[in-house]
Amino acid sequence: MTKTDTPLISLNHIVTKVNTGTPNEVMILRHLDLDIYDGDFITVLGSNGAGKSTLFNTISGELPVDAGTISLKGQDITTMTVEKRTAFLARVFQDPKMGTAPRMTVAENLLLASQRGKRRTLRLRRLKQQLPHFKALTATMNNGLTERLNTATENLSGGQRQALSFLMATEQHPDLLLLDEHTAALDPKTSAELMHQTNQRVTEENLTCLMITHHLDDALKYGNRLIVLDQGQVKFDVRGAEKAELTKEKLLSFFDIIE
Amino acid sequence: MSMIVSSIGQGLLWAILGIALFLTFRILDFPDMTVEGTFPLGAATAVTAIANGVNPYLATLLAFVTGAAAGLITGLLYTKGKIPILLAGILVMTACLSVNLRIMGSANVSLLGKKTIFSSHFLESLPKYFDSVFIGLVVIVIVTVLLILFLQTNLGQAFIVTGDNKIMARSIGINTDNMTMMGLMVSNGLIGMGGALIAQNNGYADVNMGIGIIVIALASIIIGEVVFGELTLNQRLVAVTLGSILYRFVLLIVLQLGFSTNDLNLLSAIILAVCLMLPQLSKFLHLNHVLQKGVAKYDED
Repeated sequence: MTKTDTPLISLNHIVTKVNTGTPNEVMILRHLDLDIYDGDFITVLGSNGAGKSTLFNTISGELPVDAGTISLKGQDITTMTVEKRTAFLARVFQDPKMGTAPRMTVAENLLLASQRGKRRTLRLRRLKQQLPHFKALTATMNNGLTERLNTATENLSGGQRQALSFLMATEQHPDLLLLDEHTAALDPKTSAELMHQTNQRVTEENLTCLMITHHLDDALKYGNRLIVLDQGQVKFDVRGAEKAELTKEKLLSFFDIIE
Repeated sequence: MSMIVSSIGQGLLWAILGIALFLTFRILDFPDMTVEGTFPLGAATAVTAIANGVNPYLATLLAFVTGAAAGLITGLLYTKGKIPILLAGILVMTACLSVNLRIMGSANVSLLGKKTIFSSHFLESLPKYFDSVFIGLVVIVIVTVLLILFLQTNLGQAFIVTGDNKIMARSIGINTDNMTMMGLMVSNGLIGMGGALIAQNNGYADVNMGIGIIVIALASIIIGEVVFGELTLNQRLVAVTLGSILYRFVLLIVLQLGFSTNDLNLLSAIILAVCLMLPQLSKFLHLNHVLQKGVAKYDED
Protein backbone atom coordinates (compact mmCIF):
# COMPACT_ATOMS: atom_id res chain seq x y z
CA MET A 1 0.00 0.00 0.00
CA THR A 2 1.47 3.33 -1.02
CA LYS A 3 0.26 6.13 1.17
CA THR A 4 1.70 9.52 1.96
CA ASP A 5 2.86 9.75 5.53
CA THR A 6 0.63 12.57 6.78
CA PRO A 7 -3.07 11.85 6.60
CA LEU A 8 -5.33 14.58 5.19
CA ILE A 9 -7.48 14.48 8.31
CA SER A 10 -6.50 12.70 11.46
CA LEU A 11 -8.85 12.07 14.39
CA ASN A 12 -7.03 11.04 17.56
CA HIS A 13 -8.85 9.59 20.57
CA ILE A 14 -11.90 11.69 19.92
CA VAL A 15 -14.51 11.81 22.68
CA THR A 16 -17.72 13.61 21.84
CA LYS A 17 -20.57 13.82 24.33
CA VAL A 18 -24.02 15.25 23.92
CA ASN A 19 -25.93 17.02 26.73
CA THR A 20 -22.60 17.52 28.50
CA GLY A 21 -23.00 18.38 32.18
CA THR A 22 -26.64 17.29 32.39
CA PRO A 23 -28.11 14.03 33.73
CA ASN A 24 -28.78 13.08 30.10
CA GLU A 25 -25.09 13.18 29.19
CA VAL A 26 -24.24 10.48 26.67
CA MET A 27 -20.82 9.68 25.28
CA ILE A 28 -21.32 9.13 21.56
CA LEU A 29 -17.77 8.92 20.20
CA ARG A 30 -15.59 6.86 22.54
CA HIS A 31 -11.90 7.47 21.88
CA LEU A 32 -12.36 7.20 18.16
CA ASP A 33 -9.27 7.05 15.93
CA LEU A 34 -9.49 7.58 12.19
CA ASP A 35 -6.95 8.67 9.58
CA ILE A 36 -8.35 9.89 6.29
CA TYR A 37 -5.86 9.99 3.41
CA ASP A 38 -5.92 12.05 0.24
CA GLY A 39 -8.04 10.28 -2.37
CA ASP A 40 -9.91 8.09 0.09
CA PHE A 41 -13.52 7.45 -0.87
CA ILE A 42 -14.80 5.93 2.36
CA THR A 43 -18.23 4.41 2.79
CA VAL A 44 -19.37 4.57 6.41
CA LEU A 45 -21.67 1.90 7.82
CA GLY A 46 -23.11 1.48 11.28
CA SER A 47 -26.40 0.91 13.05
CA ASN A 48 -28.49 3.77 14.43
CA GLY A 49 -26.75 5.38 17.37
CA ALA A 50 -23.33 4.10 16.35
CA GLY A 51 -22.09 7.67 16.01
CA LYS A 52 -22.02 8.20 12.24
CA SER A 53 -23.74 11.59 12.26
CA THR A 54 -21.85 12.62 15.39
CA LEU A 55 -18.63 11.77 13.57
CA PHE A 56 -19.64 14.10 10.73
CA ASN A 57 -20.70 16.84 13.13
CA THR A 58 -17.39 16.51 14.92
CA ILE A 59 -15.36 16.75 11.73
CA SER A 60 -17.39 19.74 10.51
CA GLY A 61 -17.12 21.47 13.90
CA GLU A 62 -20.85 21.57 14.68
CA LEU A 63 -20.16 19.59 17.86
CA PRO A 64 -17.20 20.47 20.08
CA VAL A 65 -14.99 17.53 21.11
CA ASP A 66 -14.68 16.71 24.79
CA ALA A 67 -11.27 15.09 24.40
CA GLY A 68 -8.85 14.22 21.62
CA THR A 69 -7.53 16.17 18.65
CA ILE A 70 -8.40 16.68 15.01
CA SER A 71 -5.70 17.68 12.58
CA LEU A 72 -5.69 18.72 8.95
CA LYS A 73 -2.46 17.94 7.07
CA GLY A 74 -0.69 17.81 10.42
CA GLN A 75 -2.13 21.09 11.72
CA ASP A 76 -4.32 21.06 14.80
CA ILE A 77 -7.86 22.23 13.94
CA THR A 78 -9.65 20.87 17.02
CA THR A 79 -11.06 24.24 18.04
CA MET A 80 -11.50 25.76 14.57
CA THR A 81 -15.01 27.18 14.00
CA VAL A 82 -17.58 25.69 11.62
CA GLU A 83 -17.30 28.70 9.28
CA LYS A 84 -13.51 28.45 8.99
CA ARG A 85 -13.62 24.71 8.33
CA THR A 86 -15.85 25.26 5.32
CA ALA A 87 -12.77 26.55 3.49
CA PHE A 88 -11.62 22.93 3.08
CA LEU A 89 -14.73 20.94 3.90
CA ALA A 90 -18.13 20.60 2.21
CA ARG A 91 -21.21 18.70 3.23
CA VAL A 92 -24.38 17.30 1.71
CA PHE A 93 -27.19 16.64 4.17
CA GLN A 94 -29.76 13.87 4.08
CA ASP A 95 -32.70 16.28 4.01
CA PRO A 96 -32.95 17.99 0.58
CA LYS A 97 -34.40 21.06 2.34
CA MET A 98 -31.27 21.58 4.43
CA GLY A 99 -28.72 22.03 1.68
CA THR A 100 -30.29 24.80 -0.38
CA ALA A 101 -31.87 28.20 0.28
CA PRO A 102 -35.55 27.74 -0.67
CA ARG A 103 -36.45 31.30 -1.72
CA MET A 104 -33.28 31.88 -3.73
CA THR A 105 -32.84 30.66 -7.28
CA VAL A 106 -30.67 27.76 -8.42
CA ALA A 107 -28.11 30.20 -9.85
CA GLU A 108 -28.08 32.27 -6.65
CA ASN A 109 -27.49 29.15 -4.60
CA LEU A 110 -24.60 28.12 -6.85
CA LEU A 111 -23.14 31.60 -6.63
CA LEU A 112 -23.27 31.53 -2.84
CA ALA A 113 -21.58 28.14 -2.81
CA SER A 114 -18.84 29.34 -5.16
CA GLN A 115 -17.81 31.71 -2.34
CA ARG A 116 -17.48 28.86 0.15
CA GLY A 117 -15.18 29.74 3.01
CA LYS A 118 -14.30 33.14 1.52
CA ARG A 119 -14.85 36.53 3.12
CA ARG A 120 -18.13 38.06 1.95
CA THR A 121 -17.48 41.63 0.88
CA LEU A 122 -19.41 44.53 -0.61
CA ARG A 123 -18.35 43.51 -4.10
CA LEU A 124 -21.28 43.11 -6.54
CA ARG A 125 -22.18 39.46 -6.98
CA ARG A 126 -21.96 39.41 -10.83
CA LEU A 127 -24.53 36.66 -11.32
CA LYS A 128 -24.97 37.15 -15.07
CA GLN A 129 -21.29 36.66 -15.85
CA GLN A 130 -21.34 33.30 -14.09
CA LEU A 131 -24.47 31.91 -15.78
CA PRO A 132 -22.64 30.12 -18.64
CA HIS A 133 -20.46 28.38 -16.07
CA PHE A 134 -23.50 27.37 -14.00
CA LYS A 135 -25.25 26.13 -17.16
CA ALA A 136 -22.35 23.83 -17.97
CA LEU A 137 -22.09 22.69 -14.38
CA THR A 138 -25.77 21.83 -13.98
CA ALA A 139 -25.82 20.11 -17.37
CA THR A 140 -23.52 17.42 -15.93
CA MET A 141 -26.35 16.30 -13.63
CA ASN A 142 -28.61 15.66 -16.62
CA ASN A 143 -31.85 16.15 -14.67
CA GLY A 144 -33.34 19.39 -15.96
CA LEU A 145 -31.58 21.71 -13.52
CA THR A 146 -30.06 23.66 -16.43
CA GLU A 147 -33.48 24.89 -17.55
CA ARG A 148 -34.37 25.95 -14.03
CA LEU A 149 -31.41 28.17 -13.14
CA ASN A 150 -33.75 31.08 -12.40
CA THR A 151 -36.27 29.03 -10.42
CA ALA A 152 -36.48 29.31 -6.63
CA THR A 153 -35.19 26.03 -5.23
CA GLU A 154 -38.36 25.48 -3.20
CA ASN A 155 -40.06 24.74 -6.53
CA LEU A 156 -37.61 21.99 -7.49
CA SER A 157 -38.15 18.27 -6.97
CA GLY A 158 -36.33 16.60 -4.09
CA GLY A 159 -33.97 14.91 -6.55
CA GLN A 160 -33.12 18.21 -8.24
CA ARG A 161 -32.57 19.90 -4.91
CA GLN A 162 -30.26 17.16 -3.74
CA ALA A 163 -28.36 17.20 -7.05
CA LEU A 164 -27.97 20.96 -6.60
CA SER A 165 -26.71 20.48 -3.03
CA PHE A 166 -24.18 17.99 -4.36
CA LEU A 167 -22.99 20.40 -7.05
CA MET A 168 -22.74 23.21 -4.50
CA ALA A 169 -20.64 20.98 -2.26
CA THR A 170 -18.26 19.79 -4.96
CA GLU A 171 -17.92 22.82 -7.23
CA GLN A 172 -15.05 24.34 -5.26
CA HIS A 173 -13.21 21.02 -5.05
CA PRO A 174 -13.14 20.74 -1.23
CA ASP A 175 -10.30 18.84 0.44
CA LEU A 176 -12.90 16.73 2.20
CA LEU A 177 -16.49 15.97 1.17
CA LEU A 178 -18.99 14.65 3.73
CA LEU A 179 -22.08 12.91 2.33
CA ASP A 180 -24.62 12.18 5.04
CA GLU A 181 -26.98 9.61 3.46
CA HIS A 182 -27.50 12.14 0.73
CA THR A 183 -29.68 9.86 -1.40
CA ALA A 184 -31.78 8.36 1.41
CA ALA A 185 -34.74 10.73 1.00
CA LEU A 186 -35.08 10.11 -2.74
CA ASP A 187 -37.06 7.49 -4.68
CA PRO A 188 -35.04 4.41 -5.75
CA LYS A 189 -34.49 5.53 -9.34
CA THR A 190 -33.46 9.10 -8.50
CA SER A 191 -31.36 7.79 -5.65
CA ALA A 192 -29.49 5.40 -7.94
CA GLU A 193 -28.89 8.18 -10.47
CA LEU A 194 -27.49 10.56 -7.90
CA MET A 195 -25.33 7.81 -6.44
CA HIS A 196 -23.97 7.06 -9.90
CA GLN A 197 -23.21 10.73 -10.52
CA THR A 198 -21.65 11.03 -7.08
CA ASN A 199 -19.32 8.15 -7.81
CA GLN A 200 -18.41 9.57 -11.20
CA ARG A 201 -17.59 13.02 -9.88
CA VAL A 202 -15.74 11.85 -6.79
CA THR A 203 -13.53 9.46 -8.76
CA GLU A 204 -13.00 11.77 -11.74
CA GLU A 205 -12.02 14.73 -9.59
CA ASN A 206 -10.20 12.51 -7.14
CA LEU A 207 -12.10 13.98 -4.19
CA THR A 208 -11.54 12.73 -0.67
CA CYS A 209 -14.93 11.71 0.59
CA LEU A 210 -16.78 10.12 3.50
CA MET A 211 -20.21 8.76 2.64
CA ILE A 212 -22.65 7.48 5.24
CA THR A 213 -25.05 4.90 3.86
CA HIS A 214 -27.42 2.24 5.13
CA HIS A 215 -27.30 0.28 1.88
CA LEU A 216 -24.73 -2.49 2.16
CA ASP A 217 -24.79 -2.86 -1.63
CA ASP A 218 -23.87 0.79 -2.13
CA ALA A 219 -21.21 0.58 0.56
CA LEU A 220 -19.62 -2.36 -1.23
CA LYS A 221 -20.07 -1.06 -4.76
CA TYR A 222 -18.70 2.44 -4.27
CA GLY A 223 -15.52 3.79 -2.77
CA ASN A 224 -12.06 2.40 -2.13
CA ARG A 225 -12.38 2.05 1.63
CA LEU A 226 -15.12 0.93 4.00
CA ILE A 227 -15.44 1.49 7.72
CA VAL A 228 -18.02 0.28 10.21
CA LEU A 229 -18.77 2.33 13.30
CA ASP A 230 -20.08 0.71 16.45
CA GLN A 231 -20.51 2.24 19.89
CA GLY A 232 -18.52 5.28 18.94
CA GLN A 233 -15.49 3.51 17.55
CA VAL A 234 -14.22 2.32 14.18
CA LYS A 235 -14.65 -1.43 14.50
CA PHE A 236 -13.89 -2.44 10.93
CA ASP A 237 -11.70 -0.77 8.33
CA VAL A 238 -10.85 -2.27 4.94
CA ARG A 239 -9.43 -0.69 1.83
CA GLY A 240 -8.22 -1.33 -1.70
CA ALA A 241 -8.14 -4.92 -2.87
CA GLU A 242 -9.34 -6.16 0.48
CA LYS A 243 -12.47 -4.03 0.17
CA ALA A 244 -13.02 -5.08 -3.43
CA GLU A 245 -13.09 -8.72 -2.31
CA LEU A 246 -15.50 -8.07 0.54
CA THR A 247 -18.91 -9.71 0.09
CA LYS A 248 -22.28 -8.88 1.52
CA GLU A 249 -22.31 -12.17 3.44
CA LYS A 250 -19.02 -11.40 5.13
CA LEU A 251 -20.21 -7.94 6.03
CA LEU A 252 -23.50 -9.26 7.42
CA SER A 253 -21.73 -11.85 9.52
CA PHE A 254 -19.55 -9.09 10.90
CA PHE A 255 -22.65 -7.14 11.86
CA ASP A 256 -23.96 -10.23 13.66
CA ILE A 257 -20.80 -10.39 15.76
CA ILE A 258 -20.92 -6.80 16.90
CA GLU A 259 -24.60 -7.04 17.76
CA MET B 1 -56.14 68.16 -1.45
CA SER B 2 -53.77 69.21 1.30
CA MET B 3 -54.93 66.16 3.30
CA ILE B 4 -53.83 63.90 0.45
CA VAL B 5 -50.45 65.64 0.14
CA SER B 6 -50.02 65.34 3.90
CA SER B 7 -50.86 61.62 3.72
CA ILE B 8 -48.29 61.08 0.96
CA GLY B 9 -45.67 62.95 2.99
CA GLN B 10 -46.43 60.93 6.12
CA GLY B 11 -46.49 57.73 4.07
CA LEU B 12 -43.04 58.47 2.65
CA LEU B 13 -41.53 59.36 6.02
CA TRP B 14 -43.02 56.29 7.74
CA ALA B 15 -42.01 54.04 4.84
CA ILE B 16 -38.46 54.12 6.23
CA LEU B 17 -39.76 52.13 9.19
CA GLY B 18 -41.45 49.64 6.88
CA ILE B 19 -38.24 49.11 4.91
CA ALA B 20 -36.21 48.80 8.10
CA LEU B 21 -38.59 46.18 9.47
CA PHE B 22 -38.56 44.38 6.11
CA LEU B 23 -34.88 43.57 6.73
CA THR B 24 -35.65 41.66 9.92
CA PHE B 25 -39.26 40.56 9.52
CA ARG B 26 -39.07 39.40 5.91
CA ILE B 27 -35.39 38.77 5.12
CA LEU B 28 -34.06 37.48 8.45
CA ASP B 29 -37.52 36.05 9.10
CA PHE B 30 -38.16 37.03 12.72
CA PRO B 31 -40.17 39.75 14.47
CA ASP B 32 -37.90 42.36 16.07
CA MET B 33 -39.69 44.16 18.90
CA THR B 34 -36.69 46.43 19.53
CA VAL B 35 -38.14 48.90 17.03
CA GLU B 36 -40.74 50.10 19.56
CA GLY B 37 -37.82 51.33 21.64
CA THR B 38 -35.42 52.48 18.92
CA PHE B 39 -38.01 54.69 17.23
CA PRO B 40 -38.40 57.02 20.26
CA LEU B 41 -34.67 56.52 20.98
CA GLY B 42 -33.82 58.02 17.60
CA ALA B 43 -36.33 60.80 18.15
CA ALA B 44 -34.97 61.54 21.63
CA THR B 45 -31.38 61.54 20.41
CA ALA B 46 -32.02 63.88 17.50
CA VAL B 47 -34.34 66.27 19.34
CA THR B 48 -32.05 66.58 22.36
CA ALA B 49 -29.04 67.10 20.11
CA ILE B 50 -30.84 69.75 18.05
CA ALA B 51 -32.14 71.47 21.20
CA ASN B 52 -28.50 71.68 22.30
CA GLY B 53 -27.45 73.32 19.09
CA VAL B 54 -26.20 70.36 17.05
CA ASN B 55 -26.58 70.53 13.28
CA PRO B 56 -29.90 68.78 12.41
CA TYR B 57 -28.29 66.55 9.74
CA LEU B 58 -25.65 65.44 12.19
CA ALA B 59 -28.38 64.90 14.81
CA THR B 60 -30.31 62.67 12.39
CA LEU B 61 -27.15 60.68 11.73
CA LEU B 62 -26.64 60.38 15.50
CA ALA B 63 -30.13 58.91 15.77
CA PHE B 64 -29.07 56.23 13.28
CA VAL B 65 -26.05 55.43 15.44
CA THR B 66 -27.99 55.12 18.71
CA GLY B 67 -30.65 53.01 16.97
CA ALA B 68 -27.96 50.74 15.55
CA ALA B 69 -26.37 50.42 18.99
CA ALA B 70 -29.69 49.26 20.48
CA GLY B 71 -30.02 46.81 17.58
CA LEU B 72 -26.55 45.48 18.33
CA ILE B 73 -27.56 44.82 21.94
CA THR B 74 -30.63 42.87 20.81
CA GLY B 75 -28.38 40.97 18.40
CA LEU B 76 -25.86 40.11 21.11
CA LEU B 77 -28.60 38.96 23.50
CA TYR B 78 -30.04 36.77 20.74
CA THR B 79 -26.91 35.30 19.13
CA LYS B 80 -24.45 35.16 22.03
CA GLY B 81 -26.82 35.18 25.02
CA LYS B 82 -29.16 32.66 23.34
CA ILE B 83 -32.23 34.63 24.47
CA PRO B 84 -35.22 34.04 22.15
CA ILE B 85 -35.43 36.90 19.65
CA LEU B 86 -38.90 38.05 20.70
CA LEU B 87 -37.81 38.36 24.33
CA ALA B 88 -34.45 39.94 23.45
CA GLY B 89 -36.31 42.63 21.51
CA ILE B 90 -38.78 43.25 24.34
CA LEU B 91 -35.92 43.56 26.85
CA VAL B 92 -34.09 46.18 24.81
CA MET B 93 -37.34 47.98 23.99
CA THR B 94 -38.21 48.22 27.70
CA ALA B 95 -34.70 49.38 28.59
CA CYS B 96 -34.94 52.05 25.88
CA LEU B 97 -37.93 53.64 27.64
CA SER B 98 -35.70 54.59 30.60
CA VAL B 99 -32.78 55.52 28.37
CA ASN B 100 -35.03 57.85 26.37
CA LEU B 101 -36.14 59.63 29.55
CA ARG B 102 -32.49 59.99 30.57
CA ILE B 103 -31.60 61.46 27.18
CA MET B 104 -34.48 63.92 27.04
CA GLY B 105 -34.62 64.71 30.76
CA SER B 106 -38.41 64.93 30.55
CA ALA B 107 -41.25 63.05 28.85
CA ASN B 108 -41.57 65.63 26.11
CA VAL B 109 -39.10 67.94 24.36
CA SER B 110 -40.19 70.58 21.87
CA LEU B 111 -38.21 71.85 18.89
CA LEU B 112 -40.02 75.18 18.83
CA GLY B 113 -37.79 77.84 17.28
CA LYS B 114 -34.96 75.37 16.59
CA LYS B 115 -33.44 74.73 13.19
CA THR B 116 -34.44 71.27 11.87
CA ILE B 117 -33.81 69.64 8.49
CA PHE B 118 -37.27 70.95 7.54
CA SER B 119 -36.25 74.55 8.13
CA SER B 120 -34.43 75.51 4.94
CA HIS B 121 -35.37 78.35 2.60
CA PHE B 122 -36.17 75.92 -0.19
CA LEU B 123 -38.44 73.67 1.91
CA GLU B 124 -40.22 76.63 3.51
CA SER B 125 -40.93 78.09 0.08
CA LEU B 126 -42.86 74.92 -0.88
CA PRO B 127 -46.65 74.72 -0.41
CA LYS B 128 -47.86 73.29 2.89
CA TYR B 129 -46.95 69.59 3.56
CA PHE B 130 -44.75 69.42 0.45
CA ASP B 131 -41.68 69.69 2.69
CA SER B 132 -42.32 66.24 4.20
CA VAL B 133 -43.05 64.84 0.72
CA PHE B 134 -39.71 66.19 -0.50
CA ILE B 135 -37.61 65.01 2.46
CA GLY B 136 -39.45 61.68 2.61
CA LEU B 137 -38.93 61.09 -1.10
CA VAL B 138 -35.23 61.95 -1.00
CA VAL B 139 -34.55 59.75 2.03
CA ILE B 140 -36.63 56.81 0.83
CA VAL B 141 -35.03 56.84 -2.64
CA ILE B 142 -31.53 56.92 -1.14
CA VAL B 143 -32.31 54.17 1.39
CA THR B 144 -34.05 51.95 -1.18
CA VAL B 145 -31.32 52.32 -3.81
CA LEU B 146 -28.56 51.64 -1.27
CA LEU B 147 -30.37 48.57 0.03
CA ILE B 148 -31.02 47.19 -3.46
CA LEU B 149 -27.33 47.63 -4.29
CA PHE B 150 -26.29 46.09 -0.98
CA LEU B 151 -28.50 43.04 -1.48
CA GLN B 152 -26.78 42.43 -4.84
CA THR B 153 -23.34 42.24 -3.25
CA ASN B 154 -21.72 39.07 -1.93
CA LEU B 155 -22.26 40.32 1.61
CA GLY B 156 -25.91 41.11 0.86
CA GLN B 157 -26.44 37.63 -0.58
CA ALA B 158 -24.88 36.12 2.56
CA PHE B 159 -27.32 38.24 4.59
CA ILE B 160 -30.32 36.99 2.58
CA VAL B 161 -29.31 33.33 2.79
CA THR B 162 -28.92 33.64 6.57
CA GLY B 163 -32.64 34.33 6.83
CA ASP B 164 -33.51 31.74 4.20
CA ASN B 165 -31.57 28.72 5.45
CA LYS B 166 -29.29 29.16 8.44
CA ILE B 167 -27.89 25.62 8.34
CA MET B 168 -26.95 25.92 4.69
CA ALA B 169 -25.49 29.38 5.27
CA ARG B 170 -23.24 28.04 8.00
CA SER B 171 -22.26 25.05 5.88
CA ILE B 172 -20.86 27.35 3.20
CA GLY B 173 -18.88 29.40 5.68
CA ILE B 174 -21.18 32.31 6.47
CA ASN B 175 -21.05 33.58 10.04
CA THR B 176 -24.81 33.72 10.60
CA ASP B 177 -24.45 35.40 14.01
CA ASN B 178 -22.63 38.34 12.41
CA MET B 179 -25.19 38.56 9.60
CA THR B 180 -28.04 38.60 12.14
CA MET B 181 -26.37 41.33 14.19
CA MET B 182 -25.62 43.35 11.07
CA GLY B 183 -29.29 43.11 10.01
CA LEU B 184 -30.51 44.18 13.44
CA MET B 185 -28.09 47.11 13.50
CA VAL B 186 -28.98 48.44 10.05
CA SER B 187 -32.69 47.88 10.67
CA ASN B 188 -32.75 49.64 14.05
CA GLY B 189 -30.41 52.34 12.77
CA LEU B 190 -32.95 53.12 10.04
CA ILE B 191 -35.78 53.03 12.60
CA GLY B 192 -33.85 55.50 14.77
CA MET B 193 -33.30 57.73 11.76
CA GLY B 194 -37.02 57.48 10.94
CA GLY B 195 -37.80 58.51 14.52
CA ALA B 196 -35.50 61.51 14.15
CA LEU B 197 -37.15 62.62 10.88
CA ILE B 198 -40.69 62.17 12.19
CA ALA B 199 -39.90 64.01 15.45
CA GLN B 200 -38.45 66.93 13.45
CA ASN B 201 -41.51 66.88 11.21
CA ASN B 202 -43.82 66.91 14.26
CA GLY B 203 -41.71 69.54 16.02
CA TYR B 204 -41.28 67.50 19.23
CA ALA B 205 -40.24 64.14 20.67
CA ASP B 206 -42.34 62.23 23.17
CA VAL B 207 -41.32 59.14 25.17
CA ASN B 208 -44.56 57.42 24.20
CA MET B 209 -44.23 57.96 20.45
CA GLY B 210 -42.96 54.39 19.94
CA ILE B 211 -46.19 52.69 20.95
CA GLY B 212 -47.73 50.79 18.04
CA ILE B 213 -44.81 51.47 15.68
CA ILE B 214 -44.29 47.81 14.84
CA VAL B 215 -47.92 47.49 13.74
CA ILE B 216 -47.66 50.53 11.49
CA ALA B 217 -44.39 49.32 9.94
CA LEU B 218 -45.80 45.83 9.43
CA ALA B 219 -48.96 47.28 7.90
CA SER B 220 -46.93 48.97 5.14
CA ILE B 221 -45.13 45.70 4.39
CA ILE B 222 -48.29 43.60 4.39
CA ILE B 223 -50.43 46.09 2.45
CA GLY B 224 -47.69 46.29 -0.19
CA GLU B 225 -47.65 42.51 -0.45
CA VAL B 226 -51.43 42.13 -0.53
CA VAL B 227 -51.90 44.82 -3.18
CA PHE B 228 -48.99 43.99 -5.48
CA GLY B 229 -48.75 40.21 -5.06
CA GLU B 230 -45.82 38.23 -6.46
CA LEU B 231 -42.76 40.47 -6.89
CA THR B 232 -39.00 40.21 -6.99
CA LEU B 233 -37.06 41.18 -3.89
CA ASN B 234 -36.18 44.62 -5.30
CA GLN B 235 -39.77 45.29 -6.30
CA ARG B 236 -40.93 44.23 -2.86
CA LEU B 237 -38.74 46.92 -1.29
CA VAL B 238 -40.44 49.56 -3.45
CA ALA B 239 -43.85 48.02 -2.66
CA VAL B 240 -43.24 48.72 1.04
CA THR B 241 -43.16 52.47 0.34
CA LEU B 242 -46.32 52.28 -1.75
CA GLY B 243 -47.93 50.18 0.98
CA SER B 244 -47.00 52.82 3.53
CA ILE B 245 -48.67 55.56 1.47
CA LEU B 246 -51.77 53.39 0.92
CA TYR B 247 -51.94 52.78 4.65
CA ARG B 248 -52.03 56.57 5.23
CA PHE B 249 -54.86 56.86 2.71
CA VAL B 250 -56.82 54.18 4.54
CA LEU B 251 -56.26 56.06 7.80
CA LEU B 252 -57.37 59.29 6.12
CA ILE B 253 -60.61 57.67 5.00
CA VAL B 254 -61.23 56.16 8.41
CA LEU B 255 -60.63 59.51 10.12
CA GLN B 256 -63.03 61.15 7.69
CA LEU B 257 -65.64 58.64 8.88
CA GLY B 258 -65.52 60.34 12.27
CA PHE B 259 -62.94 58.40 14.30
CA SER B 260 -60.56 60.48 16.40
CA THR B 261 -56.77 60.34 16.34
CA ASN B 262 -56.99 58.63 19.75
CA ASP B 263 -58.40 55.61 17.92
CA LEU B 264 -55.34 55.38 15.62
CA ASN B 265 -53.68 52.41 17.32
CA LEU B 266 -56.94 50.46 17.38
CA LEU B 267 -57.51 51.26 13.71
CA SER B 268 -53.92 50.34 12.78
CA ALA B 269 -54.30 47.00 14.50
CA ILE B 270 -57.61 46.31 12.76
CA ILE B 271 -56.23 47.26 9.35
CA LEU B 272 -53.21 45.00 9.84
CA ALA B 273 -55.33 42.13 11.16
CA VAL B 274 -57.67 42.35 8.16
CA CYS B 275 -54.72 42.38 5.73
CA LEU B 276 -53.12 39.39 7.47
CA MET B 277 -56.40 37.49 7.34
CA LEU B 278 -56.98 38.23 3.65
CA PRO B 279 -55.70 34.83 2.43
CA GLN B 280 -58.11 33.10 4.82
CA LEU B 281 -60.91 35.51 4.01
CA SER B 282 -60.52 35.01 0.27
CA LYS B 283 -60.62 31.24 0.81
CA PHE B 284 -63.82 31.75 2.71
CA LEU B 285 -65.19 34.00 -0.01
CA HIS B 286 -64.14 31.54 -2.68
CA LEU B 287 -66.07 28.88 -0.79
CA ASN B 288 -69.13 31.11 -0.93
CA HIS B 289 -68.59 31.49 -4.64
CA VAL B 290 -68.55 27.72 -5.11
CA LEU B 291 -71.68 27.37 -2.99
CA GLN B 292 -73.46 30.00 -5.05
CA LYS B 293 -72.49 28.24 -8.22
CA GLY B 294 -73.83 24.98 -6.85
CA VAL B 295 -77.13 26.62 -6.00
CA ALA B 296 -77.34 28.32 -9.40
CA LYS B 297 -76.85 25.02 -11.18
CA TYR B 298 -79.54 23.43 -9.11
CA ASP B 299 -81.88 26.28 -9.97
CA GLU B 300 -81.20 25.89 -13.67
CA ASP B 301 -82.17 22.27 -13.53
